[in-house]
Amino acid sequence: MPKVKVPRKSTSVDMTAMTDVAFLLLTFFMLATQFKPDEPVQVNAPSSVAEVPLPDVDIMTITIANDGRVFFAMEGQQYKEQLITKMGELKQIKFTPEEVKSFSLMSSFGVPISQLKQLLALKVDERGQFKQNGIPADSLNNELADWVWQSRLVNNNVRVAIKGDQETNYPVVKQVISTLQEKKVNRFNFITNLTTESAE
Amino acid sequence: MAEIEGGGGGHKKGGKPKGKKMSTRVDFTPMVDLGFLLITFFMLTTSMNKPKTMEINMPVKDEQITEKDKTKVKASQAITVLLTENNKIVYYFINETTGEPETPVITDFSKGGIRATLLTKNRELFEKGGYKNFDSIPIYKEMYRMNKIDEATMRANISAIKNNKDGLIVVIKADDKAKYKNLVDILDEMLICNIGRYAIVDITDVERDLIKTAMATINK
Repeated sequence: MPKVKVPRKSTSVDMTAMTDVAFLLLTFFMLATQFKPDEPVQVNAPSSVAEVPLPDVDIMTITIANDGRVFFAMEGQQYKEQLITKMGELKQIKFTPEEVKSFSLMSSFGVPISQLKQLLALKVDERGQFKQNGIPADSLNNELADWVWQSRLVNNNVRVAIKGDQETNYPVVKQVISTLQEKKVNRFNFITNLTTESAE
Repeated sequence: MAEIEGGGGGHKKGGKPKGKKMSTRVDFTPMVDLGFLLITFFMLTTSMNKPKTMEINMPVKDEQITEKDKTKVKASQAITVLLTENNKIVYYFINETTGEPETPVITDFSKGGIRATLLTKNRELFEKGGYKNFDSIPIYKEMYRMNKIDEATMRANISAIKNNKDGLIVVIKADDKAKYKNLVDILDEMLICNIGRYAIVDITDVERDLIKTAMATINK
């Protein structure tokens, strides 16, 4: 009897379909990704059941660290360029075009305006080492109020979001809120993380 | 795996120069590897859930407003919630007849704590006002989910319930030892308990003392 011949099958698989899927997913994730701007301080936002998403445009964020330092950020490059020019005029500090450009690319900062030039002079990756002591927001020297006011002049539709750390002491938050109220911002948002908890 | 054959196109003696047939198959494995590597990277770096926000409306701060212009709150409807250290809450009602604060109660943010108080009190007030719809907010939400009513109707119905004039009015005050988390938590309770009318107000010295005495009783 002749031997039964087992036909040899090729071990190579067609990879094309798999490549297609891989690159489809890759494209999706690439487009969906938004890189987080590097924050000068890590903030652990409290959780809540609020479901309103934070808008991407027309927003300024006031970050309050757990040690009470206040940071400020605004969305929109063109607005930031105008903002720093206006703030410079107000505080009689002349910013060079390079500094204006550098400011418009910076995300969040927390220095008094007198130290802003030093911060802007540093390279982006060196800014992490710069000790940022927070924007003065007390009643004696309330620079935060100026930033908020000028931002509103630059962009009419801007909304204020407060991002506080869970462990921030209430007086600091109160100070920021009353600063906003003084500048006629009576409607603002608290940034929170979503939890799923509801009444029974 | 498919391979690219190298060194094609040799000449045969005497014959015409014939191009050797090259395989058109390319090895895709490294490309797939790279693809999946990048996918993994992007999957890990992507944060899908956007931060959520909670909207707050504060009253206009104006020195021109006198005591007389301020909205008077009916004593029977109001509850004052004081936030203090260690995630504790002290709350009190105002006695309707005497106008004096009743004995303060110490509670916390647990389910049986402030939430139970707010829900019971709110329901009580609704029933007293002859309004039976207190528990219908989830029903409206469910109806919206099942496409029985549109979003505007749902919102209108819910805000009608929330802003019902018979409902509870919460006055929130935090002392200097409270944390930001406590403030957000109590605002969260307002959302959960469907309380439409609340205000964040500065604490007074009388209330600071009140917290102190209330805390002293439990520490004993």
